Amino acid sequence: MKAYIKGISYYLPEKILTNEQIAREFPEWTVEKINSKIGIKERHVVAENETASDMALNAANKLIEEYSIDRSTIDYLILVTQSPDYILPTTACILQDRLGLSTSIGAIDVNQGCSGFIMGISLAKGLVVGKMAKNVLLITSETYTKHIHPKDKGNRTIFGDAAAATLISTDGIAEIREFSFGTDGKGAENLIVKTGGQRFRLPMNDLTFDENGIPKSSDYLFMDGSEIVNYTLDYFPPLIKDALSKNDLELQDVDLFVFHQANKFIMELLRKKLKIEDHKFYRFFENVGNTVSSTIPIAMKEAINDGTLNGKANVLIAAPGLGYSWAGAAIQFL
Amino acid sequence: MELKDFIQKFAEQFEETAIELFKAETVFKNLPEWSSLTALSIIAMVDEEMEKRVTGADIRNSATIEDLYQLVLSK
Repeated sequence: MKAYIKGISYYLPEKILTNEQIAREFPEWTVEKINSKIGIKERHVVAENETASDMALNAANKLIEEYSIDRSTIDYLILVTQSPDYILPTTACILQDRLGLSTSIGAIDVNQGCSGFIMGISLAKGLVVGKMAKNVLLITSETYTKHIHPKDKGNRTIFGDAAAATLISTDGIAEIREFSFGTDGKGAENLIVKTGGQRFRLPMNDLTFDENGIPKSSDYLFMDGSEIVNYTLDYFPPLIKDALSKNDLELQDVDLFVFHQANKFIMELLRKKLKIEDHKFYRFFENVGNTVSSTIPIAMKEAINDGTLNGKANVLIAAPGLGYSWAGAAIQFL
Repeated sequence: MELKDFIQKFAEQFEETAIELFKAETVFKNLPEWSSLTALSIIAMVDEEMEKRVTGADIRNSATIEDLYQLVLSK
């Protein structure tokens, strides 16, 4: 038994934040500089009353419509999000009802960031191969913009909101092959929203600004950029090596690399380090930004739409994520 | 890598700052173009050119370009 990706659709919220708007708020951060360093021109931002489950609903309905999927055949729902509607219950349970899916299904939330899509398809593949489900709906949906302090120009430049829906099934357009996983909780504090969970339930109201004018607060998304860059440099090349070896592939056998679309700076750093040819390195972040767990399905969908992926191809997907949590897999387009 | 090559590579991470301003004794965090993003470019440059890890703390603890160079060499 094998598991396949059968279809991918995605949803972007209506409101757009442009570089011009960012540069107006932060005059030291010019449009040219953002374009040349970060490579993101615009990102979508959810409305105040729009949540990850609202976006998830839109992405899933788009998938169902686009691929003429019979809702009653979906027999498992996985929602990857770090912006759930509530502490409890599980947002996936709420979505089962809102999507009009059968009540005879399993529905779980997975709390993972940038590695979330790959973690999600690994679980979906397990369910299909283990004959526990035939059609797994995997949704990645994130509203990181709600976690970011308004004065945090770096993170506001990088992150955008989005949701992607992927159907994993007993047949489809691309076979999900073998995985490489990694976890190192020592890096937890380097990308974190500290308050709001049970360790620190209440806001700490401890906002300070560092020597570069960057806000630091336990109540908002904190990212230690230099630690994250070093983590990526340390762990990503071995991840690629392991993912290739688990799939009996050499670097040159891969037709297209679809990595987590963090931003231009990180992606070019990794491309150069891994010596990946430019034409095999897929990029789709300019108009969406870093959408966390949705970057890989969005990029794959775009690669299908623009004809980069047409017919047989060995695709390698990989993502370094917060936690730390990292993952890679080969996807064989048929 | 010699100090003069390090200064050259260091300078290449900047776009607007005049090359003459980069010297061993330059207090780089005082350069108007310096930002947290430049720090990331320096980390990437040291990884690529010298295969060494520079941390955020290393950069915070270095005043001049030569301080950082010596710190990297000691790793």
